[in-house]
Amino acid sequence: MDFLRPASWEDALAAKAEHPSAVPIAGGTDVMVEINFDHRRPEYLMDLTRIGELGEWEVGESTVRLGASVPYAQIMEHLRAELPALALASHTVASPQIRNRGGVGGNLGTASPAGDAHPALLAAGAEVEADSVRGTRRIPIDAFYTGVKRNALATDELIRAIHIQKADGPQQFSKVGTRNAMVIAVCAFSLALHPRSRTVRTGIGSAAPTPVRATTAEEFLTAALDEGGFWDSGRSIPASIVRQFSELASGACNPIDDVRGTAAYRRHAVGVLARRTLGWTWQSYRGHERSNPCG
Amino acid sequence: MTTIGTATGLTQGTRTKGGIGESTLRPDGTLKVTGEFAYASDLWHEDMLWGHTLRSTVAHADIRSIDIGEALAIPGVHAVLTYADLPTDTRHYGLEIQDTPVLAHGKVRYHGEPVAIIAADHPETARRAAAKILVDYAELPLITDESSATAPDAVLVHDNRQDHHSARVPHPNIVHRQPIVRGDAATAAERADVIVRGEYVFGMQDQAFLGPESGLAIPSDDGGVELHVATQWLHADRRQMAPVLGLPEAKVRMTLSGVGGAFGGREDLSMQIHACLLALHTGRPVKMVYNRFESFFGHVHRHPAKLSYEHGATRDGRLTHVKCRIVLDGGAYASSSPAVVGNAASLGIGPYVVDDVDIEVIALYTNNPPCGAMRGFGAVQACFAYEAQMDRVAAGLGLDPVEFRQLNAMEQGSLMPTGQRVESPAPVAELLRRIKARPLPPERQWEVAGAAADVRALPGGLSNTTHGEDVVRGVGYAVGIKNVGFSEGFDDYSTARVRMEAIAGEPVVTVHTAMAEVGQGGVTVHAQIARTELGVARVTIAPADTRVGSAGSTSASRQTYVTGGAIRHACENVRGQLLELGRRKFGSYHPAWATAELVLEGGRVVTDGGEVLAELVDVLGGETIEAELEWRHRPTEAFDPVTGQGNGHLQYSFAAHRAVVEVDTALGLVKVVELACAQDVGKALNPLSVVGQIQGGTTQGLGIAVMEEIIVDPVTAKVRNPSFTDYLIPTILDTPTIPVDMLELADDRAPYGLRGVGEAPTLSSTPAVLAAIREATGLALNRVPVRPEHLTGTTTSTNAGG
Repeated sequence: MDFLRPASWEDALAAKAEHPSAVPIAGGTDVMVEINFDHRRPEYLMDLTRIGELGEWEVGESTVRLGASVPYAQIMEHLRAELPALALASHTVASPQIRNRGGVGGNLGTASPAGDAHPALLAAGAEVEADSVRGTRRIPIDAFYTGVKRNALATDELIRAIHIQKADGPQQFSKVGTRNAMVIAVCAFSLALHPRSRTVRTGIGSAAPTPVRATTAEEFLTAALDEGGFWDSGRSIPASIVRQFSELASGACNPIDDVRGTAAYRRHAVGVLARRTLGWTWQSYRGHERSNPCG
Repeated sequence: MTTIGTATGLTQGTRTKGGIGESTLRPDGTLKVTGEFAYASDLWHEDMLWGHTLRSTVAHADIRSIDIGEALAIPGVHAVLTYADLPTDTRHYGLEIQDTPVLAHGKVRYHGEPVAIIAADHPETARRAAAKILVDYAELPLITDESSATAPDAVLVHDNRQDHHSARVPHPNIVHRQPIVRGDAATAAERADVIVRGEYVFGMQDQAFLGPESGLAIPSDDGGVELHVATQWLHADRRQMAPVLGLPEAKVRMTLSGVGGAFGGREDLSMQIHACLLALHTGRPVKMVYNRFESFFGHVHRHPAKLSYEHGATRDGRLTHVKCRIVLDGGAYASSSPAVVGNAASLGIGPYVVDDVDIEVIALYTNNPPCGAMRGFGAVQACFAYEAQMDRVAAGLGLDPVEFRQLNAMEQGSLMPTGQRVESPAPVAELLRRIKARPLPPERQWEVAGAAADVRALPGGLSNTTHGEDVVRGVGYAVGIKNVGFSEGFDDYSTARVRMEAIAGEPVVTVHTAMAEVGQGGVTVHAQIARTELGVARVTIAPADTRVGSAGSTSASRQTYVTGGAIRHACENVRGQLLELGRRKFGSYHPAWATAELVLEGGRVVTDGGEVLAELVDVLGGETIEAELEWRHRPTEAFDPVTGQGNGHLQYSFAAHRAVVEVDTALGLVKVVELACAQDVGKALNPLSVVGQIQGGTTQGLGIAVMEEIIVDPVTAKVRNPSFTDYLIPTILDTPTIPVDMLELADDRAPYGLRGVGEAPTLSSTPAVLAAIREATGLALNRVPVRPEHLTGTTTSTNAGG
């Protein structure tokens, strides 16, 4: 195995173009596990830690440009207001040591359905900045996950940053695991209210071959909130709407039975999380941004 | 302690600083916390090779051929050994039955069985070489449970058994069977107003010690071998190793290395013989260390069990009878299955007085992972089931579950189902009274005035799954009984060498035993005993090795009792020798040398009236006083193979728990809020260590209640979750507050009145948590661990609870 250590982003892109099989490594929290277990033996490993800009972020007018390697610990600490769902998700990633090293770029590169960042990115709305010697493109997050542990990146592309919509309303993230910390998701759900566009967006983790949005549930809720004038009145949402949203979220799952849980449980739990996160976000919207639970 | 002085009486040890009863600190504590302690995986030797094990990829197969040619040709590979290369005719080992091949012999019986071993100059080279060994397997039908094991045409896991149980077992795929029959359960059942029958399932728990199997073997100049290793019993390892290596025991020199936890999982051999074979073969030091994945295949697990119970009781709350049948899955090799069977049977109805019992316990041979010793050793599985039964009988009678237990609780003088009388205090009712009397923790602790819910106090924790919605509290109680020491007639002894000498003008005591310190605190307690018995401040604990006699195993809650007893015994001998020397040297100077009771205190010989007769250094001069002595507890007896009657156990240990849980009933997630324990410890030699043992055992019991399980695929018999990603053990956020109420009712027959403490708290923790979850959810829950799908009716498994 050859170890590539580009000193600049341009060098990294050139190296990736030359060695398309090179596996980028930053925090190493995914890649090293695979190597240590001998699940993967890449021909080239490309260390990105010398490229300082990957660990930086910029808060813009309507988006946050998050460097691919910004560790979860930094997101929790500095971006709670702008990216509340992602900050909550970051809090559930593994242990403090892992949160100090791992970042969203790695989650996207691995594209595991169990990655904790994905539901939050789907709910907030985001674009992945993919770069290569050929140029830069922005891949909408909805189009990024193409299969189990597969993504839309071309073999010569590297993830440079993620452009995430700044929150314009309350967001939530919930994850079910069979212990109370340091656990891989059995399933996860994220919900973002977007009062400016009067829409809602969702993200589901670990309950389908890829991270997915519950689009039917979103469309139903967006329409129901609009038709009932709830955005203006701020009235509480009737139980029948909550129930329907919860069932549609469940229906968006396409899970499997595995050692972490049954398909039936995952479908059920996503429904419960959808119900609860809707309750919390709507309560927050009505109460004009009451502080979030971890927050 | 008995008084040996007069009324003014100073007695031995009463004024000692750092003696028994004090919470002296662990000598290795700071090193472990700061990461500087040298564990066995840190061993290193110049010029050493790395050993690696090739393990079977299938659970049950004939081996048609093994081709090592390609592996052996890899540069850097120094040896590849298979069964055919073993140097002597002794090619099997085992704790109780020598049924385990050192390397697979024509056949593999479980997924992960060692097939070949490799030594190379780099661990990666060794691993790659292993991948180049070609093994041709012809798969055989799998034996995975009782029905497949005992079917008339069942394939035999072991052909031609000739062990000491084989003649009595009903089927060759049954390792051992122990019935216990007392009174007449069928007739007694007729008196019952309430009869409760239940079926229970106990999952496969792993010891999950943090320090993986590791050791370093170094060939000696005399043709022998030196092994530094993390184990639980050096001498038992050596007894099994030496004949396979073709060496006399004297040429197999063992030294204990840093042990990162054991819990029973290091009683069986792992890499010991393999590393020594490679070292002797190559003439080079060989280190073997398993990674986490391999560790899950490298040691036995706790027996999973299926348990059937019938309890009867009269309207006034007295148990009439108990019938019980427990089927333990022993996996492919016997390990300590026979002794686990004996425990499950003899402790199978719990700490209750029942005159009419009918118990049958069997352990199976299957193609599942081998199972053997783990903290609680057969008593854990039974306790989960009989305590569930006790709650159900109480409910059937309309009685409070704690009162119902107290009505039937055994006490000093009660008879066990084996007919053995419980001769020392058995404060079962009092332990239950104490945990029940404790105030309950406040409700809804997640609520923070004027702020959002503190999710850390809720089920799901930081995963942010509930802010209090659907969260229901439940409270549950349980109590258990565990034996202490090796049972059923085993010659259970320990050896201690104690030396006293003057060094640089100060008396110094050295205590040398072969006791394996696996974290339990023996190194602390041994020094305390020596200080108490010899009145010397400076005590050195020599490294454990085989240059001293056997200390027995660090298991069965026995080390403080047995090796502690041996040290006290040796110290008494040294004290006698020292006083004799003093009388010879100084007897003529003071009549008290002849007439008074003398004690050793503060580095001096002192009369019981407190008069100083001599400094120990003056008595010693240049002489060294030393004693190496064996010490045995009183003997036990085998259980009758038909009736199960017999004085099989040395001592019993009792603990009770109250669990307070909060369950998110919609998601099936559990937060254990508090797990209070009351335990009789006889005498706490080191109270801080005792509390640590109780809290650790309690947490291990919580683990099997709600998360810990090795999942074996029922179709392939392969382990599906051999990692800490998917084999979950409790984190600190899963660990509740564990208030400990320690009783000290002396057992007059035990050294200092002590009672082994390490295992009892592992028993009742699990059923207490289950009882609390049942109360919160109203579900029956007949299986551990409880998983979220069991609490939400979303299981597709046939082993479903609730």
